[in-house]
Amino acid sequence: MTSLPLEIRSLNVAYHRKMVLWDADLKIRSGRTTAIVGPNGAGKSTLLKAALGLIPSASGEILFYGEPLKKVRSRVAYVPQRESVDWDFPVSARDVVAMGLYKKIGWCLPVRSRHRRMADEALADVGLAEFAGRQISQLSGGQQQRVFLARALAQKAELHLMDEPFASVDAATEQAILALLKRLKDQGGTVVCVHHDLDTVAEYFDDVILLNMRVVAQGPASEVLTPENLRKTYGARLTLLDEAVVDLSRPGAPREP
Amino acid sequence: MDSFWRVLLLQDHNTRVVLAGACLFGAAAGLAGTFLLLRKRSLLGDTLGHATLPGITFAFLMAESFGFSPRSFPWLALGATISGVTGMGAVLMIRKLSRLKDDAALAIVLSVFFGAGIAMLSAIQQLPGGQAAGLERLIYGNPASMTASDAWFVLAASLIVAVVCGCLLKEFTLLCFDEAYAITAGWPVRSLDALLMGLVVLVTIVGLQTVGILLVVALLVIPPAAARFWSDELRTVSLFAAAVGGISAVVGVLSSALLPGLPTGALIVLSAALFFGISFLLGKKRGLLMRYFVEREAARRLQREHVLRAIFECAEGADPVVSIDALLAKRPWKKSQLASEVGLLADEGLLTTDPGGSSVQLNGRGDIEARRLVRNHRLWEIYLLTHADVAPSRVDRDADLIEHVLDPRLVQELEDILDDKARERLVPSNPEKVQP
Repeated sequence: MTSLPLEIRSLNVAYHRKMVLWDADLKIRSGRTTAIVGPNGAGKSTLLKAALGLIPSASGEILFYGEPLKKVRSRVAYVPQRESVDWDFPVSARDVVAMGLYKKIGWCLPVRSRHRRMADEALADVGLAEFAGRQISQLSGGQQQRVFLARALAQKAELHLMDEPFASVDAATEQAILALLKRLKDQGGTVVCVHHDLDTVAEYFDDVILLNMRVVAQGPASEVLTPENLRKTYGARLTLLDEAVVDLSRPGAPREP
Repeated sequence: MDSFWRVLLLQDHNTRVVLAGACLFGAAAGLAGTFLLLRKRSLLGDTLGHATLPGITFAFLMAESFGFSPRSFPWLALGATISGVTGMGAVLMIRKLSRLKDDAALAIVLSVFFGAGIAMLSAIQQLPGGQAAGLERLIYGNPASMTASDAWFVLAASLIVAVVCGCLLKEFTLLCFDEAYAITAGWPVRSLDALLMGLVVLVTIVGLQTVGILLVVALLVIPPAAARFWSDELRTVSLFAAAVGGISAVVGVLSSALLPGLPTGALIVLSAALFFGISFLLGKKRGLLMRYFVEREAARRLQREHVLRAIFECAEGADPVVSIDALLAKRPWKKSQLASEVGLLADEGLLTTDPGGSSVQLNGRGDIEARRLVRNHRLWEIYLLTHADVAPSRVDRDADLIEHVLDPRLVQELEDILDDKARERLVPSNPEKVQP
C-alpha cells in the first residue's frame, strides 16, 4: 500500500500559551478533494501552516507521502491566503506564476522564455491567459486568487494545500477553481482546502474534516456532515441550519426552498 | 565658483575619487534598498544606521587606549558593523520574545543604541586633543575626506551588492513577495534574509563616510521609492533606483562644491528627495500627474459617451433635431457641463448646433459614433442582465466594441435578445459592418 499524501498524528500547536490545536489526527486520502471546515478560530489555517512547517508545532508527527516534508517538497504545493501578500508588488501575473518554477530553474539562473511559456499555460488553465502581462494590483480579487492557483499548478505537484481559495471571490473565479479541482483530481492529484462555507462544502468536496481545536470528524462528506457532528463542531448556534446541511450532504438531494 | 568648475571638470585626482566613491555608494544603496523597501524593512535600515554609533565610538576609544590611530576607517567600520548587527539582533529578539510590535522594538533599539553612542561621544569630546572631529564625519557624512583606499573599499562593496542582487534577483523577489510560499517550496528563507540584510549592513557601513549614520537610510529608501513611480517591473525598478542613488550622490557632491558651507551628506539626501519629488509628480506609472490625466481622460470619455447617447436616444424615432432642454431632462447634469461637451463634440465634427445654441443635431459621422456607443451600451446591459453570474469580471466598457471582449457567438446571442426589444426601441446595428 502506498503512503497517504498527508498524515498527521497528535499535532499540538500553541500561540504563546494558548492552545490552538489539540491532538489533531487526520488522514488525507489520495486522489480526493478534502475540505477542512470549522468555525472562526478553530485552527483551520493553523493546521495547514503547521503541517507545512510555517509555524512551529509543540508536538506531533506530520508525514507527506510517508516522509517528512523536507524530502518531498516538490510533490506538495501551497496556496496561501490571498491577503497574505502585498498585491502592490512590482511584478506581473506571469512573474508570480513563474515563482512556482523557481525551484526547477535553480539557484541564480534567470527565468527563461520557456519558463514564461509554462507560466502562461498555467495562467490559461485558470482562465487568465489574457492577463499574463498585467501588474498584479490591476487584477480583481478573484483573479489574484487564480494567479495563486496558477502558481501552484505550474509547480506540477501532487498534493495541493489551499488556504481559503473560495474566500470572497466572484462567481467566475469560483467556477474556475471548481473546474481546476476537478482537473487536478482527474489527473490523480490530491487537494486539501480550508473552507468556510458549510452550504457548499458537500457539493464541492469528496471528504470533509470538521475541526474545532481538535478533529471532530473526518471522512466522506455525506457521512461526516451529520447534525450531531456539526453541533459538536459549531456548538448550539448551528441547530437551525442542520436540516439544510443534511439535505445538501446527500448527493442529488433536492434543495428545500 | 572657481572651485565649482574645478569639481565639475574633475580637475583634481581627489575630486574624481570622491565623486566615484559617492556615486558607487549611491548606486549600491539604491539597489540593495529596493529589496529592503519591498521587504518592508525601511525602518530597520534606519535603526541599523543609528545602532552603528556606539560601535564606532567604542572602537575609537579602544584604539585610543591601545595607542594606534583611532581614525583608521576599517577599524571604525568593524566597530560599526558589530554594533549595527547587534542592534538588528536586538530588534529581532525583542520581537520574538515579547509581544511588542515591530515599530516599538525598532524605536527602542534605535534610541537606546544611539543614546549609548552619544554618551560615549561626549566622553570622547572631553578627551584632551579634540579628537572627536574624526568621528563627526561619520555621523554627518563627509565624502571629501574619502581617500583612494576608501574608494576602493566602496567599489568592492558595491560590486558585491551588484553581483549578489544580480545573481539572486529571483530568489530575493520571492523572499520579498511571499515568504511563506518560499519556505514551503524549500528555499532557505533565513539564509536569504540574512544575506539581504548583510548587503544592507554593507551599504550602511560604506555610507557612513558619504552621508553619515543619521542619513544613510535616506539613500536606501528614497531611490527605490522614487523608482516605483516609473515602473511596475522589479528589474526596472531596481536599476532605476541604482541610477537615482548614483546620480543623487553626484549631484550632492557637486552642489556642495558650489555651496561650500553646507554638509555634503545632507545635500546628497536633498537631491535624492528632489528626484523623489519629481517622480512623485511626473512618474510614468503612478505619478500624480499621470493618475490625474488618466482619471480626467476616463471622465471625459464617459461624459462624451453620455452626451452622444442622450442625443441619439432623444432623436431615436423622432425629430433628429434635439433641443438642449430635452438633453438636460435626460440626466442630472449641469447646463455648463453639457454646453462645453456639446462644443467639444462640434469641434470633433460629430454634430451641428443651431445658431442660437438651443438645439443640436448629429451629422453622419456623429450618428455612426453614437450608434456604436449605444449598441455597445445596450449589449453590455443585456449581458449583465442575462449572465449575472460571470458578467462583472468580463465587462470592459472601455473596449471599442463588445466583440473585442466577448466571443462573436455570445454577441450574436445578445443581439438576438436585443432584436426582441427592437420593437420597443431601435437597436443600432454595428456601424463597423456598415462602414467600409
